[in-house]
Amino acid sequence: MKNRLKVLRAERDWSQADLAERLGVSRQSVNAIEKGRYDPSLPLAFTISQVFNLPIEEIFSPDEG
Amino acid sequence: MTKCASPAARRYIVRVASLMALYLVVLFVAKWTFNAIQPTGPIAWALAIAPALPLIGVFWAVMRLLVEETDEYIRMLFVRQCLFATGFCLTITTIWQWLQNFDLVPAGNGGFGAAFFWFIGLGFGALYNRLTIGDWGNVW
Repeated sequence: MKNRLKVLRAERDWSQADLAERLGVSRQSVNAIEKGRYDPSLPLAFTISQVFNLPIEEIFSPDEG
Repeated sequence: MTKCASPAARRYIVRVASLMALYLVVLFVAKWTFNAIQPTGPIAWALAIAPALPLIGVFWAVMRLLVEETDEYIRMLFVRQCLFATGFCLTITTIWQWLQNFDLVPAGNGGFGAAFFWFIGLGFGALYNRLTIGDWGNVW
């Protein structure tokens, strides 16, 4: 799964720690999701969607191929 | 070696540290009593089992951490660590069993039970996470 977390975070001038605090998870989690090493659960994806005020499909997209 | 990041991980550390301290005390008392008065019957059985109880408590602490950790990524890392530890422990004990079956190693295990290898496996599990996912996790 690809995601635009890093770009969306940068647009808001948030650090990984800032986003982690808003999501109620560790900075390690944000880092892992951002780098595509971990795909979040549906509940966490919805929380991310709420924090950025964007639909999930504008943040996450399936890998091509 | 431990790095704490969540309240659940901190509770885990306190629980494990307390249980290991209790283990040392119980082990000392059991060994001393067996040497000093050579108990028999139910008392001997109770004393022999006593050091196992704090170790069983550590298994409980591990399971509680899996339940109480609210960060799903950190929990996933710890689940992988536990699965790695279980596989490691089963592998070592199965190999040892077959070496014994063909009389290539002496009977017994030198006092090292499955729990010892499981805890070693937990450490290797953290290394496995680091190599495959890039994170050690919070408890290693």
